[in-house]
Amino acid sequence: MAVCEINGRRVDFTALGVEGEMPLLWALRDELDLKGTKYGCGIAQCGACTVHVDGEAVRSCAFPVAACGGKKIVTIEGLATSVNGAASKLTRIQAAWVKHQVPQCGYCQSGMIMAAEKLLRDKPKPTDADIDAAMSNICRCSTYVRVRAAIHDVAKSA
Amino acid sequence: MMKHHTLSRREFLQSGAAATAGLAVGFHLPTSQAQVAKSASMAGSAEINAWIHITPDNRVILKFARSEMGQGASTALPMLIAEELECDWSKVELSEAMYSEHIKRNRLYVTTATGGSRGTRDSQSYLRTAGATARVMLIEAAAKQWGVAAGECSAANSMITHAASGRSATFGSVAVAASQLKAPEKVALKEPKQWKLLGTAPPRVDIPDKVIGKPMYGIDVVRPNMVHAAIAQCPVFRGKLKSIDATSLAAVKKMKGVSDVLEMGEYVAVIGNNWWRCHQGIKALKLEWDVGANGNVSSASIKKYLQDGASKPAGVAKTVGDFDTVYAAAPIIHEAEYYAPYLDHAPLEPMNCTAEVKDGMVTIWVPTQSAEGSAAAAARAAGVAPDKVEVFRQQLGGGFGRRGGFQDFTRQAVELAMKVGKPVKLLWSREEDIQHGHYRPATVARVQGALDKDGKLVALMGRVAVQSILERVRPEALKKTPQGTLDPQGTVSFDDSAYAIANLRAEHFYATTHVPVGFWRAVAHAQNPVFRECFLDEIAAKAKRDPYAFRREMLMGTDDTSRRERGILDAVAKAADWSKPLPINQFRGIALQDSYGSHAASVVEIEKRADGKLKIKRVIIAVDPGHVAHADAARAQIEGCVIYGLTAALYGEITIKDGRVEQSNFNDYRMMKIGETPEVVAVLAPSGGFWGGMGEPPMAPLAPALLNAIFAATGVMHRSLPLSREGVTFA
Repeated sequence: MAVCEINGRRVDFTALGVEGEMPLLWALRDELDLKGTKYGCGIAQCGACTVHVDGEAVRSCAFPVAACGGKKIVTIEGLATSVNGAASKLTRIQAAWVKHQVPQCGYCQSGMIMAAEKLLRDKPKPTDADIDAAMSNICRCSTYVRVRAAIHDVAKSA
Repeated sequence: MMKHHTLSRREFLQSGAAATAGLAVGFHLPTSQAQVAKSASMAGSAEINAWIHITPDNRVILKFARSEMGQGASTALPMLIAEELECDWSKVELSEAMYSEHIKRNRLYVTTATGGSRGTRDSQSYLRTAGATARVMLIEAAAKQWGVAAGECSAANSMITHAASGRSATFGSVAVAASQLKAPEKVALKEPKQWKLLGTAPPRVDIPDKVIGKPMYGIDVVRPNMVHAAIAQCPVFRGKLKSIDATSLAAVKKMKGVSDVLEMGEYVAVIGNNWWRCHQGIKALKLEWDVGANGNVSSASIKKYLQDGASKPAGVAKTVGDFDTVYAAAPIIHEAEYYAPYLDHAPLEPMNCTAEVKDGMVTIWVPTQSAEGSAAAAARAAGVAPDKVEVFRQQLGGGFGRRGGFQDFTRQAVELAMKVGKPVKLLWSREEDIQHGHYRPATVARVQGALDKDGKLVALMGRVAVQSILERVRPEALKKTPQGTLDPQGTVSFDDSAYAIANLRAEHFYATTHVPVGFWRAVAHAQNPVFRECFLDEIAAKAKRDPYAFRREMLMGTDDTSRRERGILDAVAKAADWSKPLPINQFRGIALQDSYGSHAASVVEIEKRADGKLKIKRVIIAVDPGHVAHADAARAQIEGCVIYGLTAALYGEITIKDGRVEQSNFNDYRMMKIGETPEVVAVLAPSGGFWGGMGEPPMAPLAPALLNAIFAATGVMHRSLPLSREGVTFA
């Protein structure tokens, strides 16, 4: 049934008593206590809940547990380890986020970082148009100017 | 299952978050979860004063009493202390100033409220003084030990030095002795030119945790035996629950993970072991509401009511000269009516609060702009005295004014915790959040003005029809006039304008509707500047005057306000190269507005595309806040205000139909995204001599500068917002 790997750990949602219709977001937050993935809208509009499922950026508020079977899932908590191995130092994107002082309230930033990671894997040198297309996350504080600058900075040093 | 749950949680803590958290060295912002450890780490520290604790091993621990909602206050405010204390900034630690301590010790931290762009400007004096006072006491303690004159000693980098003898001591080694000295009554503060830390941009202390997904927000709180709550509130404000369909109720009570359904008057709550399960329960309930007398109210009926209010004499907030006589005789007159809609704050973290009521004590974990406001709401809900409440302030996933004066979420969490008898984490759905806001009030303004034969503005009248926000939180601020009650916030931009206008009248029509209104970022300065600054461009165009020159000639006074307003208008014009023409098909608008103690001006540059769409190319905002505490956080506030303000101007509207809000989520309450973001030029132009705000002032001139740019491009002044409803489209 819904056995998957989350941040390198085997998770059996059926054994945990999690129903298949539950969105992955709420299984992460309220069943596995992985609170870094955020709830913002519940209808895949804002991107605060973005995680990686088999390398794809997925809005976990609209991705049911039933669809997780056999998948490798990475959340913000596991991102550094998945990229850098056991040392789990900050990823280059997280480091660029600190360098450019991107977050304000920070609530959307887990999702932003997960989306940016996916973008840069696909397109190591993204254009502004690539960024506009891939980064559809909502940030109410408006960190957009710095998100763009940080992504370009990472691309430059790649 | 509980066992699995616990094991899984421990596994995950060991894998990701805990390991990366170790990277965030140096500065640590306390979270409620870390509270016990933080208190323990302060053991053995000496309290020099309310704000400053120093340990024997020379760790300097500074108290942070306001709220961090992304504006950088948790870095900027400790900087104010550290500048005068002369401590080693890189080794400073932060500690949450607890509400209970604040109350027990006679409001030790002055205030915990964080709103009105007040964090820095209101606390800079006592925070800098606290730092200077502690420094004097530490030096005195060292000088006593050494038997030398305090005046021969100096402090830097958490060390005291007596240069003549070459002796030095750490702050930590004399902290206990210093804490026993009498605090000096007067201390001299540094001149701004002596600052080493203030005005610079050290890395913000809250950012490292925010890039690793550390649980720190209200929504992340976990307590032993905690249950979750989702709610549905009466869709028509002021209504209440009539009944729950019995079949649906029975079915929901049997749903997996649901432990209870509670009827709470104006709302219904489903309690359970996972928020999503509770939310499914709420959606499955068939609810009948008693909507009261407001079930027919609509945006159109409210707008008509406001227009009627704005068309007849109303409460006079200010009068200078004789507007009516001059207007009646002037060679050029102009009149316009403007409209701004209701707006919701929509911070990305929906409203939430975790509450526990036990043995007569109420404890709340809440993302709040005011610990005191939250405590008051909790105390009222539980029927206890304010000193029976403890508040653990969480990081805010956005505030923008929603999490301050109106604490409905806190009240509800406490009510539910009392009913359930366990800790309850209440989380509103996004839909509840948007449909149960405390909205920026819908506003109609009628503006009249007159030019003399030389094209100079000689008369201006602004009559603003708008609901009062203060009537619910500070009714004593309302004023009675022969024409009726007025709220002093209603007529800002008209009654406090720095422009030299010989004949002026500002009036407020005191509107009342059933729609709750609140403090939306920049409050009245979010919409009133449109009414004044767009009107100025309209009337200047009648005399074919340049909008910059037209404004500037009204700011030639020698008083501080005129000088600063002129200065910031010049600064933005210079940054925008106003004197040079723009390329073909590009246009610009300018606007000026002081607010929250600061002066701000904006130029917006747009391009008119062949397909009729407009492209916002560049937004320049210049702010003179007097002094700047943290330069990069100040710039980030300008960047933030640009998108918050443009989102409102382009798309933002909350509309009412059948007494209830029509919008429900980000699919119909549209937000700007990265692809729509223009180039932002943030100009900080501190002129010294005063301290103003930064969180809201950049908003004030933005919308009118945009509308004035469109006016320049198309000849049409869009007097009604949002622009999307006016048929204006953007590339």
